Amino acid sequence: MNFVHIALLGMLIICSLAVALTRNLLTSLIVYMAYSLIMAVIWMFLESPDLAITEAAVGAGITSVLFFVTLKKIHAIKGDSEHEQAQK
Amino acid sequence: MSKRRSDWESRPQARVRRWFYKGFLALDDEIAEKISSPPPPRFDYEEALEAQQAAIDSRQHERSIAIERLDQHNLLVWMRTRGRKAISRLYVALALVLGLMMMVFLLETVALMPRFGDPATPGANEVSARYIEKGLDETGAVNIVAGMILDYRAFDTLGESTVLFIAASAVLILLRIDHDKEGNPAQELIAAESDDRHYEPRDDRILQGSAMVLTPIILLYGIYIILNGHLSPGGGFSGGAIVSAGLILYLVAFGFEKAGRFFTTKTFTWVSFFSLSFYALAKAYAFYMGANGLPSGIPLGTPGAILSSGLIMPLNIAVGMVVACTMYVFYALFRKGGL
Repeated sequence: MNFVHIALLGMLIICSLAVALTRNLLTSLIVYMAYSLIMAVIWMFLESPDLAITEAAVGAGITSVLFFVTLKKIHAIKGDSEHEQAQK
Repeated sequence: MSKRRSDWESRPQARVRRWFYKGFLALDDEIAEKISSPPPPRFDYEEALEAQQAAIDSRQHERSIAIERLDQHNLLVWMRTRGRKAISRLYVALALVLGLMMMVFLLETVALMPRFGDPATPGANEVSARYIEKGLDETGAVNIVAGMILDYRAFDTLGESTVLFIAASAVLILLRIDHDKEGNPAQELIAAESDDRHYEPRDDRILQGSAMVLTPIILLYGIYIILNGHLSPGGGFSGGAIVSAGLILYLVAFGFEKAGRFFTTKTFTWVSFFSLSFYALAKAYAFYMGANGLPSGIPLGTPGAILSSGLIMPLNIAVGMVVACTMYVFYALFRKGGL
């Protein structure tokens, strides 16, 4: 248990708290991606590179993409849509 | 009647008659009118009572509606002000209690678990010892994880792939928007297509440029991971997920028209069908031969070479294709309801 491990685990806890506590769904989704990425690094430290690859590909990649699409579907992403509507 | 009478009255002859018979005629008219007009209606007490009752009822009904509306309004106001506060406080309290309970349970569980890497863990029994000692000889896979999940426990992996395929089929049933009977696109499909580009520009230069550079690299990396599943970390599932990520990037950058040139619903169906059938048949053959102690006739090759470890590489390819197709179709269905 060296310094890097402790730092990674602390970041994991911070990320999980931030996912639950942020109001903006988009922000919490990006924090969730960061959580998956840190988790992948931790899998590497735990000597399971197979899981690390899967975690990075599925947890940080595919799941987040599906979440993004869902957020777009339910109109939860407030980008410059008002700007676009003003143009129309 | 009155018109006819007035015509008749205005004639000079009639005027003379009237002048002559003055009194009689007036009386006659009066009598005739009295006889011809219908008798005045009898006053119906029941009807009147009923009408009164109905009026009272309607008034009461209106009053009750008004009271109900007032109640609803009060309830709404309460929900917006104090009730909302109370409910949100209740939610916070419940969430805190549940979260603390989960924390305590999980920490307790973790405290009861054996230390990481402890040789005395229940998991370190003869099964894992056998996998580690004889895995290379029996499966020919340098990557012991691939040897485990695609040889010793290939049946589980078949189940996993099938679960993924069934999930994709369920999502297809739920989210797919089909054409109508004449083959025209349905109203929902048009709406979904117009909604699809609500937040994104149609031809984003930056996105397309980066996709041009990144998509081949991502696809190559995914294929590398799939093909080297028996030699290095990775395998069908993770490689397939990476390939599907590359395909999704291409779809996001270039749209459904270009992606539809090489990937349609038919592609998904046939690729999934052939991969799953190949997997099932290959493993059925291997299980049948292995269970009966017969030589399977599949060469294991030299460990470490790319063409080695028997069925593991083809199985990895099959799993990777299923996973890549399924993830891509998931994305397309979530986004537009079709490919």
